[in-house]
Amino acid sequence: MGGAHGHLLHFHAHSAIHRAPAHLKVVALLVFMITVVATPDDWFAAFGAYLMVLVAVIGLSRVPATYILKRMVVEVPFVLFAVLLPFVARGPRVEVLGLSLSESGLLAAFGLLATATLGVIASLTLAATTEPQALLKGLERLRLPTTLVQIMAFMIRYLSVVTEELRRMHVARVSRGFEARNPRHWPVLAKSFGALFIRSYERGERVHLAMLSRGYTGKMPL
Amino acid sequence: MHVPDGFFDAPTSVVTGVVAAAAVGVSLRKARNELDDRTAPLVGLVAAFVFAAQMLNFPVVSGTSGHLMGGAIAAVLVGPWTGVLCVSTVLLVQGLLFADGGITALGTNVVLMALTTVVVGWALFRALQVVLPKKTAMVPVCAAVGAFVSVPVASLVFVALYAVGGTADISIGGLATAMLGVHTLIGIGEAAITFLAVGSILAVRPDLVYGARRVLEQRELVIKSSTTDSTTEVAA
Repeated sequence: MGGAHGHLLHFHAHSAIHRAPAHLKVVALLVFMITVVATPDDWFAAFGAYLMVLVAVIGLSRVPATYILKRMVVEVPFVLFAVLLPFVARGPRVEVLGLSLSESGLLAAFGLLATATLGVIASLTLAATTEPQALLKGLERLRLPTTLVQIMAFMIRYLSVVTEELRRMHVARVSRGFEARNPRHWPVLAKSFGALFIRSYERGERVHLAMLSRGYTGKMPL
Repeated sequence: MHVPDGFFDAPTSVVTGVVAAAAVGVSLRKARNELDDRTAPLVGLVAAFVFAAQMLNFPVVSGTSGHLMGGAIAAVLVGPWTGVLCVSTVLLVQGLLFADGGITALGTNVVLMALTTVVVGWALFRALQVVLPKKTAMVPVCAAVGAFVSVPVASLVFVALYAVGGTADISIGGLATAMLGVHTLIGIGEAAITFLAVGSILAVRPDLVYGARRVLEQRELVIKSSTTDSTTEVAA
């Protein structure tokens, strides 16, 4: 099945972390993050230690730190929520730079920021060091239902095909002088949405027929 | 927006994880009953579509824009079981390959965005379909109402989870008001886009819309020819 897709997060390199079996990496990520989530917010040293572990793993994996840092923007909306917490949380308040902030809110904001940041870095590390194909094999070894793994395989295989189709529709709209500015333009966008659904569904039917004609019986060689 | 790690404590994350796994397991079996060996390619392609559709931005005002969450529309287009499966697969791939949404919050994300939106969207859609006239034109209306309600309900489930396993001590009433307010607005957008999109698909391929199948069965094939009296004879 399809090779590396440019827009996935995989970073090509040769390292012990890249070579490690995918199922071990997924389990390690899960165990690591459950430990982080279960850590009380005021164990500041523990969070420092977790960060050191991640920095060490990223160092070993030879993925540039900037590659990880640039992709941490997914976290931004929750940083805003965390910043609000000290203002809205209840309990005893403390003066910081002339602002009255909640003590428990400050601590919770720290816990949320620390955990979410560690989570994003750890997930990015997995995504950067694991080929989608290897990840699917790993998930199968972890006894995820075969059908679910197959569905994921097809989704990953056709992700770039479908997003490219969406991009071509965008180019087609723009080349006809269309620019979406406000809700009055939604009907046009909704038609693109509808066309994309029909094309994706029909492609699914064609893929199924093509598989049948090649002897598909319900099992896939991954 | 995907919940990251650290929003909920460990027990809540584990419990929502178990609920999500059970929901995906049941959906897998039901979808297989319906789609047979077409399951993997069709659900995979529809999941890729849901992923891509979330990249289609609908402008609101002055630079802000939003995209579809897609639970309710997925339920209407491909059915509730396949819908849960598609959106869950999208969340799984986003969590593992795109670092979008925390790995410990995966269960929570599936419960909120796949399970709640699909179940609420589909339940309302079916309820309205029973009550309203059985016409194809009513399908987008029912879908839009389902989509509109599904979003604030998902935000209320989030608040309920936060009341049980939230990591910060904040006023639950205040959180509920804020979340409901914002998500009612988001729900209006979701409803409008769902209405327009389902309408455009119905106009081209009504047979592909799962939620429209019951209404379509009442149609009859009428072959119209230039001579008017032959119409009745060839009508199937």
